[in-house]
Amino acid sequence: MSEPSFGNPQIIEHETDILIVGGGMAACGAAFEARRWAGNDVKITLVDKAAMDRSGAVAMGLSAINTYLGQNTPEDYCRYVSADLMGITRDDLVFDVGRHVDDSVHLFEEWGLPVWKEKSTEGVALKDGGKPVRSGRWQIMINGEGYKTIVAEAAKKALGIENIFERVFIVKFLLDAKESNQIAGAVGFSVREHKLYVFKAKAVLDVAGGAVNVFRPRTTGEGMGRVWYPVWNAGSTYAMAAEVGAELTMMENRFVPARFKDGYGPVGAWFLLFKSKAVNGFGEDYVVKNADLLSQFAPYDKAFVVPSCLRNHAMLKEMKEGRGPILMDTPAAMAKLSATMTPKEVKHLEAEAWEDFLDMCIGQAGVWAGLNVRPEQTASELMPTEPYLLGSHSGCCGIWVSGPEDIAPPEWQWGYNRMTTVKGLFSAGDGVGASGHKFSSGSHAEGRIVGKTMVRFCRDHKEFKPTFKTDIKTITEEIYRPVRNYLEHRDKTTAEDVNPYYITPRMFQMRLQKIMDEYVAGVSTYYQTNGKLLEMATNYLGMLKDDSVHMRAKDLHELMRAWENYHRLWTGEAHMRHITFRTETRYPGYYYRADYPNLDDANWKCFVNSRFDPDTKQWTLKKVPHKDLVPKTYGAAKH
Amino acid sequence: MPTFVHTEKCDGCKGGAVTVCMYICPNDLMKLDTARMKAYNQEPDQCWECQCCVKACPQQAIEVRSFADWVPMGGAVIPMRTDNAIMWTIKFRDGEIKRFKFPVRTTAVGSINPYANKPEAGDLRDQRLFTEADKKLPTIAS
Repeated sequence: MSEPSFGNPQIIEHETDILIVGGGMAACGAAFEARRWAGNDVKITLVDKAAMDRSGAVAMGLSAINTYLGQNTPEDYCRYVSADLMGITRDDLVFDVGRHVDDSVHLFEEWGLPVWKEKSTEGVALKDGGKPVRSGRWQIMINGEGYKTIVAEAAKKALGIENIFERVFIVKFLLDAKESNQIAGAVGFSVREHKLYVFKAKAVLDVAGGAVNVFRPRTTGEGMGRVWYPVWNAGSTYAMAAEVGAELTMMENRFVPARFKDGYGPVGAWFLLFKSKAVNGFGEDYVVKNADLLSQFAPYDKAFVVPSCLRNHAMLKEMKEGRGPILMDTPAAMAKLSATMTPKEVKHLEAEAWEDFLDMCIGQAGVWAGLNVRPEQTASELMPTEPYLLGSHSGCCGIWVSGPEDIAPPEWQWGYNRMTTVKGLFSAGDGVGASGHKFSSGSHAEGRIVGKTMVRFCRDHKEFKPTFKTDIKTITEEIYRPVRNYLEHRDKTTAEDVNPYYITPRMFQMRLQKIMDEYVAGVSTYYQTNGKLLEMATNYLGMLKDDSVHMRAKDLHELMRAWENYHRLWTGEAHMRHITFRTETRYPGYYYRADYPNLDDANWKCFVNSRFDPDTKQWTLKKVPHKDLVPKTYGAAKH
Repeated sequence: MPTFVHTEKCDGCKGGAVTVCMYICPNDLMKLDTARMKAYNQEPDQCWECQCCVKACPQQAIEVRSFADWVPMGGAVIPMRTDNAIMWTIKFRDGEIKRFKFPVRTTAVGSINPYANKPEAGDLRDQRLFTEADKKLPTIAS
């Protein structure tokens, strides 16, 4: 064989038992837990498209851990998650995260994560009764710049560096040849070397994050990468699962965070810790003012904390009717807090306000510095962002998985906890649907839950020898097609970026973003769509999918972009199909079906699940009954 | 707000195949120009401004300049990170400088021993994680 080169990669086959696809919080949790349960008989391999120390959504750091139960019960946690997600969540999955999550947080602290404590228990670990500084009922403050480096160190040490492949991007899962609907492995490529990797595994964990930049972002030009969730999250988790026939759930759900305008800086600490108010351009509290508007979405408007989408709904009404800008009144909040403080304490307060950005959204600090904004002097604009698809933060789209054996009702379990409807394919974190608000800690805990389960799966399926349904040559040709397109056609025009024989991944992404933005309820239509617009979206996305085989890759970096955008396309398509199917407006403030503008609990208090059939290539969508396992009330009303 | 590299400070990590910034960038943006032995951001408009490369650069050669299509010129946010703390310098457009220092870690880097003093694996068929050996797990009361 000739020396590997661009277009002529070396094919490396690797056999393992458990394959972890991703390197973020869920992946690190899975690695840590699975290795402890696996004896010498179960081999574990982790593949990350970046470097684990700084990969995933926590790469930059975080200023808070948003899920720490402490004195709260898992039942309370189920109620909170359900209310924020307008009533349709899986209590079994949420409860399961709730009963394990604090254990992960205690480990983080033991490993070296600085956790803020109340003065009365300074220096006392959480697990020994230390009282965290709560910014909200569920949130605790940390010095979290190094959060991911710490969690990754534990995972890497647990697994052993020899079992970790960094800078390898998995792009497709492979089904088994003999067993129908069973996973057999995954395939991807190095973004550094001319190497194509084919992994055989009994159990595959799909934890490659949520989806960003499926929609056209509000940022423009050089700022297009400065989005809210990590720009490298390309929906790979959902796309790869869908392509092998895993059932998805609640893909109509999206998250539209209201954040500091342009830098996407976090607002949680400002609202919860600094008790700041957000007002319209006339100084009015828009949530209080629009209480009647929100009551159209009863009973959820009566939740203990008004659901995020309803707060957006009130904000959008003010913006649409010309009463912007929406302002976070930081000067008033800081003045009120500092009224009773010593100068030293005021200085400390100022540092806390800046740290909130510097730990997790440095870009916002840059925006403030460039605009001469000092929070004690100048109020800052808030803006609802472009839509994001995710399952671990305040959204709940994702994969339909089997629940915990001791909690889930029979219809929500078909074997192993967190196994998808494809045998041997598991998920956690952003991947698991209908159970949002896990955040960093909950994703780690869910990774641990599934880590243990996968070891059990491997033990139970000792005899299973994965064999691929498709031959490796065909698969590798498909994966390297963008490279072939480039090499074959690049010399046919005098400037290689404009060429009728191929499309650059960059233009492909912009086309997707334009379709999603203008037809599937992005920012340019104030998040509105209807049946007719969605019909057109179906057509345009169909043509985009046809054109995906014509993407080019001029180098390995662009090959990564090509496959990321292929994953974005699949994620966008699933989102569009779900929105088309659910003929109601369940999440006002996130999106509106203008032809069905009301909440319709009588017909739609249910999950929507979808499946792409890998044999027939057809999508089917269906309603799946919802039920509350934990009793819930809104005001006097039962849910 | 993309990264940029100061020409005179970058030494291409002294000829290694992979520079520190290339190693760490979560979005595979930093690239080594092998002719000049200088690193650069190959796709500035895909930069998340996480500053992972800035913090890791052994030469402190990398900085972030706010995205030029919106943010007025002149501001800067510059970290200086050690194993246990991070010092931030915030330079406003009007020239004011603020400095903040925060801890990043309470233990020595590399000191984590994940399974030391932890329970052995217990029953693979129950719902407890291995560290929860002594715990009675709640279930939903029916």
